[in-house]
Amino acid sequence: MQLTEKHKEYWQKNLRMTGILLVLWFIVTFVIAYFARELQSVTIIGFPFSFYMGAQGSLIIYVAIIWYYAHYMNKLDQEYGVHEGDD
Amino acid sequence: MATQSQSQFFSQLKRYYSFYTGGFIAFVIIVAILEQMGVPNKVLGYIFLAATVLLYAGIGVMSRTADVSEYYVAGRRVPALFNGMATGADWMSAASFIGMAGTLYLSGYDGLAFVLGWTGGYCLVALLLAPYLRKFGQFTIPDFLGARYGGNIPRSIGVFAAILCSFTYVIAQIYGVGLITSRFTGLEFSIGVFVGLGGILVCSFLGGMRAVTWTQVAQYIILIVAYMIPVVWLSVKHTGNPVPQVAYGYVLEKVTAREKVLNDPTTPEGAKEAEVRGIFKARQETAEGKLKALEAGGAAYLAEEKGKLEKAAADLKAKPDADPAAVAAADKAVTDYPADAATATATWKKAAAGAKAKTAPIAAHAEPFAGKDQAAIDKKRKNFLALVLCLMVGTAALPHILMRYYTTPSVKEARKSVFWSLFFIFLLYFTAPALAVLAKFDVYTLLVGSSFSELPSWVASWAAVDKSLMSVTDINKDGIVQLAEITIGGDLIVLATPEIAGLPYVITGLVAAGGLAAALSTADGLLLTIANALSHDVYYKMINPHAATTRRIAISKGLLLVVALLAAYVTSLKPGDILFLVGAAFSLAASGFFPALALGVFWKRANKWGAILGMSAGLGTCMYYMYMTYPFFGVNAPLWWDINPISAGIFGMPVGILGVIVGSMLTAAPSKEVQDMVDHVRYPSLENDIDTKAA
Repeated sequence: MQLTEKHKEYWQKNLRMTGILLVLWFIVTFVIAYFARELQSVTIIGFPFSFYMGAQGSLIIYVAIIWYYAHYMNKLDQEYGVHEGDD
Repeated sequence: MATQSQSQFFSQLKRYYSFYTGGFIAFVIIVAILEQMGVPNKVLGYIFLAATVLLYAGIGVMSRTADVSEYYVAGRRVPALFNGMATGADWMSAASFIGMAGTLYLSGYDGLAFVLGWTGGYCLVALLLAPYLRKFGQFTIPDFLGARYGGNIPRSIGVFAAILCSFTYVIAQIYGVGLITSRFTGLEFSIGVFVGLGGILVCSFLGGMRAVTWTQVAQYIILIVAYMIPVVWLSVKHTGNPVPQVAYGYVLEKVTAREKVLNDPTTPEGAKEAEVRGIFKARQETAEGKLKALEAGGAAYLAEEKGKLEKAAADLKAKPDADPAAVAAADKAVTDYPADAATATATWKKAAAGAKAKTAPIAAHAEPFAGKDQAAIDKKRKNFLALVLCLMVGTAALPHILMRYYTTPSVKEARKSVFWSLFFIFLLYFTAPALAVLAKFDVYTLLVGSSFSELPSWVASWAAVDKSLMSVTDINKDGIVQLAEITIGGDLIVLATPEIAGLPYVITGLVAAGGLAAALSTADGLLLTIANALSHDVYYKMINPHAATTRRIAISKGLLLVVALLAAYVTSLKPGDILFLVGAAFSLAASGFFPALALGVFWKRANKWGAILGMSAGLGTCMYYMYMTYPFFGVNAPLWWDINPISAGIFGMPVGILGVIVGSMLTAAPSKEVQDMVDHVRYPSLENDIDTKAA
């Protein structure tokens, strides 16, 4: 089994996207929670910002991260010809 | 069914489950009519219990199978959407369904660690594990460790870790099953455990993963409907808006304003609260004073005090016009007096702690990491972040969840399936904070300030069922309820919401059925994981690789029975507290599995010795810290950097990662075959690809 340059590029792109999304995940979880006390004076639709993020905002972003990754990778598979046959 | 295409299968499933949902709603309506006709609540409880357990057993019978692939991975044709629902039910346990909103009610922002941790972990599942495990395509998580790292040692450690965390977790679930059945039907706790267990067993015993999958989809539908109805109703009652997740920002503002009034001693209500807190403070000091005197005087002090009480009782009786109630109280004080120094210490310590808990002002719901000084704030923040990380990484390493991604038809579907999983989990988790705030609003505005002679009916009925869930005592004898006079157990919030919202008993039965569905579905998945680790990984892969399929499945079913009975037996002993068991399972999984799994995909150089070192060191560190610091084990060593034992994984994880790296670098790189296998899992499809799929 020999990997071509194209295959390596596919993996690199995958790694880059995984990294970007993990950074986003880290920010909405840990950075916001770390500064939760400082951020509570900001208000968003009636909620203190830090409470809103912990209860809803971050969750919505998690769902979006996973949706985007699935969408991006399923497209990338096609582009690089590593997609599976029709099941 | 082999001739059926995946899309036909999908539309057939959609039809079945639409009928099923309609049927379930019709069933609830019939029970509601029965209630109106005057059927007693207890009978309604039995109807719900019996109907749902029979339903799950029925699905189990219909999905029975003797095919290995069907038994272990549901034939690998579960569409993404349905696998998402099944994962949702598999994931959401009794702790999520019943405990979560209560935890949020009691601890406000700080309770959000569970909401964040139990959802954000799916990002790690989606980005780091699920698609690769699906491509690998065998039956269990130890399978992957065995193939990736070679030899039986990594597989054995994997089996040990899988059983350890799943067994810890399953005990918490069976406990939940016993609690719900006993509370709603009046059956004894241990009988409740075995009734629930019967439902689990018929299902997974007959059809393995296939039956468990289709039952879990059914259970998800019940639990989400049961969770939403009361919350939506409560939201309409307080805000006029049927979307609680949007409406409660406005309610939260009112709760915060109310907290300020109640905490301010210059307002009439605040003054009353302060008065009650003052009484508790005095009680705490009295109890502490007695403890000190006992330390100084020992048994002599006890005898002297008891003598005083006896004398007081005798004096009272000697009076001709003694009030009989006062005499009874004096007699009770004598009989209740602790018999020896050990009981006295325990009783008074408890009294002091109980009173102390009531002396603090009301904590602000939305304020993160409230503390009296910067050190206390920092400590809370540190523990919050550590807990979130442990729960997230643990989520991405619990074998019963990862196993579900083996059941999708393709890598593409596996990716989509993680999205659906989190989406369905998210529906419940972003509702729980709304429920907590709405319930708090009800308590703070309607219950506080009401008269003891006219308590809302739900307060009286729950106080009669269980004092630890709900109790109100008129401490300052003013006939009015103050917040400090109310004691609420976390589990009450979800269980009592239908009554708080003024809904009929049928909805309470529905909520109980939902809680039962949550506990049973998780227990199902966990028991199957344990039985499969033993039958597939230990028996088939290590002891007898030539075993015939019928024998493999027979062994798996036998083990399922043994494990289930063992778990039920351990549960009936009522060990430790539930939240700790759940937390421990996550920390153990995060320390034991995650480093070896993730590095196995992303770092080709990781080898057998790295995995062995990393997994055993990670697990070892985590277990050691729990043993040394959790009060249950009685060692009570000082904490490391103030980290609570529930987050022991925070030490296990880095040790595990470091172990994999160090062990791998010190020994030779893995063979060409293993490196090819890593490439194989990285690409959904390759030319001249090798095949790791199990039949």
